[in-house]
Amino acid sequence: MKRYIRAFRAKTVASLLLGGAVGIGFCAQTATAETAQLGGTLDFVVAGEAPSKDGHRETTYAIVHPYAPFYSLLIRVNPDNPQSSDFVCDLCVGGVPEPTNGGKTFTFRIKEGVKFHDGTPLTARDVKATYDRIVFPPEGVPSARKAFFNMVDSVEAPDDTTVVFNLKFASGAFLPALATPFNWIYSKKDLDEHGYDWHRDNVNGSGPFKFVQHQPGAFVEGVRNDDYHHAGQPHLDGFKAIIAKKMSVRIQAIRGNRAAIEFRGFPPKARDDLVNALGDKLRVQESDWNCVLLFTSNHARKPFDDPRVRRALTLAVDRWGGSKYLSRIAIVKTVGGVVFPGHPLAASEEELVQLAGYGRDIEASRAEARRLLEEAGATDLTIDYNNRDVDQPYKVVGTWLIDQWAKVGVKAEQHVRPTPQFYAALRKSHEFDVSIDFNCQSVINPIADVTKFLGSSGNNYGQYDDQVLEEIYGKLARAPTEDEQRALMRQYEKRALDEMAHMGISLWWYKINPHRSYVKGWNIAPSHYLNQQLDNVWIDKSLM
Amino acid sequence: MYQYVVKRLLLMIPTLIGAALLVFFLLRLLPGDVCEVRLAGTGLFASQEDIDICRKELGLDDSLYEQFIAFAGGYFTGDLGKSMWTGQPVVHEIQVRFKLSLQLAIMSTLVAVIIALPLGIVSAVKQNTWIDYLVRAFSIAGIGIPSFWLGIMIILGLLIITQAWFGAGWMPPINYVSPFEDPIGNLAQLIWPALATGYRYSAVATRMTRSAMLEVLREDYVRTARAKGLIERVVINRHALKNALLPVVTIIAIEFAFLIGGLVVTEQVFNLNGLGKLFVDSVGNQDFALTQHLVMLVVLIFVMTNLVVDILYAWLDPRIRYS
Repeated sequence: MKRYIRAFRAKTVASLLLGGAVGIGFCAQTATAETAQLGGTLDFVVAGEAPSKDGHRETTYAIVHPYAPFYSLLIRVNPDNPQSSDFVCDLCVGGVPEPTNGGKTFTFRIKEGVKFHDGTPLTARDVKATYDRIVFPPEGVPSARKAFFNMVDSVEAPDDTTVVFNLKFASGAFLPALATPFNWIYSKKDLDEHGYDWHRDNVNGSGPFKFVQHQPGAFVEGVRNDDYHHAGQPHLDGFKAIIAKKMSVRIQAIRGNRAAIEFRGFPPKARDDLVNALGDKLRVQESDWNCVLLFTSNHARKPFDDPRVRRALTLAVDRWGGSKYLSRIAIVKTVGGVVFPGHPLAASEEELVQLAGYGRDIEASRAEARRLLEEAGATDLTIDYNNRDVDQPYKVVGTWLIDQWAKVGVKAEQHVRPTPQFYAALRKSHEFDVSIDFNCQSVINPIADVTKFLGSSGNNYGQYDDQVLEEIYGKLARAPTEDEQRALMRQYEKRALDEMAHMGISLWWYKINPHRSYVKGWNIAPSHYLNQQLDNVWIDKSLM
Repeated sequence: MYQYVVKRLLLMIPTLIGAALLVFFLLRLLPGDVCEVRLAGTGLFASQEDIDICRKELGLDDSLYEQFIAFAGGYFTGDLGKSMWTGQPVVHEIQVRFKLSLQLAIMSTLVAVIIALPLGIVSAVKQNTWIDYLVRAFSIAGIGIPSFWLGIMIILGLLIITQAWFGAGWMPPINYVSPFEDPIGNLAQLIWPALATGYRYSAVATRMTRSAMLEVLREDYVRTARAKGLIERVVINRHALKNALLPVVTIIAIEFAFLIGGLVVTEQVFNLNGLGKLFVDSVGNQDFALTQHLVMLVVLIFVMTNLVVDILYAWLDPRIRYS
């Protein structure tokens, strides 16, 4: 496990140094050895409103951005280096523990003296109660990430400072699942006295900020927690998360200094406009994004039950060319396989080009696509194509895909639907031949993230059952070493994207965060869910 | 008059029942549901088990008959239920936004009336002169330019101009503050959308004022007033304008009712947390509970506005009597 983390850390730091040069190029300020200043309120914009205040039941970033600062996690992605899988303790003491018992037991020591905002002391029993609620929720209680913890057998708290996780089998997916930013530690007292619904409307955490108010549709406000358990933090007096659904409002809010930052990400054009308007008052951070835009074929419809037709669709797509041009207008950039690019388990470029549709010679790929279509008797193919009525990146990339398929003679009738109708077609009525689809995750956890490609997965809409793929995944989930995991991942990728072409990957998303240069301490993560506790964020008043 | 008002109030009941039936069943024709949007819409894994729990909690598995009874029954019990998206009481969700929408509607109406009445009168009095042409061009432009576009231009204009003049871009606040807490902050936020919507609104009212005035100015009693030697200002203000106002009042009132719930795009452009934005969000989230009550609120506002207009008619024109 440690070797896995170290290898990933080394590789991601190296790729950051090289690939991150673009972002650093925009930086007006460098984050070298500056002393954090105390005080100030951070105003930031959020593109959506959380359905509730309960992180355990929700899946949207719109809950993470305004409410994560009120809570602590057991472990988290390193806020000073969120690009890595460098997990660090938040509520535990020292470093993330090494497993014992053949990788099946993790024992955490919990910090002493931590208090919830209502003054109740936080102990190991609160951590246990939280994870019992997440991993083993009573019937009728929703827990959005219960499936992430299918390797967990039990959680124990033998005393006030010790939490033990007993696993059914050793799994590389456990620690990333534990660091998921939704796993807020709740007070056992709250769960016992108020029940499992209480957190929908109430906040009582132990995070860097205390909840002040939520004005529906308008903002969420927090104020500094002077009893925060990380010494010297938070630096800010408070924050206000302003809800602004229109992207133009969010962009202008940064330009007009009504907000300092938006944590999700803007398209390249918005970045360029802001850079032109604000010059050195703006800093831009960029990163690969742990979201991938896919196209899913409906295997229950003919001729998409034929792997040759599905392979033809993926062979028609010029990913390398698309990366070059689409990255100028859309929030996509990197060519990759099933695993987040740059991760040790991800395919190298040499491995990628072996897959259908990833070859450097696009004309050869398209000739093969036409041949396959002819062989399958699908030369005059028109696709009923389901797309989501959201510009970035769905409509932009979706329209580009139509052009790519047209180059092998496949026509597409695109049905752009608002989100509810899009999902109704995708999940319920299955009224599509091919649909835009996506896989967005928080902590980079390839072994869990790639379940998207399994027919049995709850978020796979291709309507297929591929036992070969399931078997490969079964071995992958239990593979003890990184080398074995990597080898199995290549088999899995080859099967899913090439041999059966169950789904096609277009491009991985690319995260662009332009923000006021006076915002310091916040480092871009490869996901809009990560690094949102804001405890290390500060405002440089000399730049305001 | 009293009888007329009571009769109109009673007639509101079948109107509201009809609207309730229509909105309830039309919404159910839309594919998709709030639980899928909420849990699966992020791309993260969403288990069918959680979606089923959510549907059960919200009563979406109940029969349509039961759901309709729960919806309509709320008007008798005073419990309008909870938003399916936020879980907050519908009344609270609407209450929070209503004051902003009402204030913006009043401000836009004031802007419109201040522009429309003088311009409409001048345009009619100076018919077929360059003044008339200018006013007509101004009002046609107002009808042609969408207020959301004008809103975007206003924000960009403010940013560009203030940046050029003061070195830092300024835009209206994006958070609502009550006029009782911070009147200047409140005005700084709402004056711009009021101008953007008030301009379009004024364009309609200007054209109506002009045509009504032209019609009235040709009436015999206006000629008589002039023959009596009354000065033109008195003829226009006392004899012509009051009679020309009837259709103008109708237009202003209908626009006012529309503004309270209908500023869907302008509210988004200025990030105003009003009823229009709530409408868009609730429809986008498939929040049937909130959407149907919002529609009913708008229906009620329109019905009440029409009643008020009818009463105003009697005040403006003493010849009108309701029996």
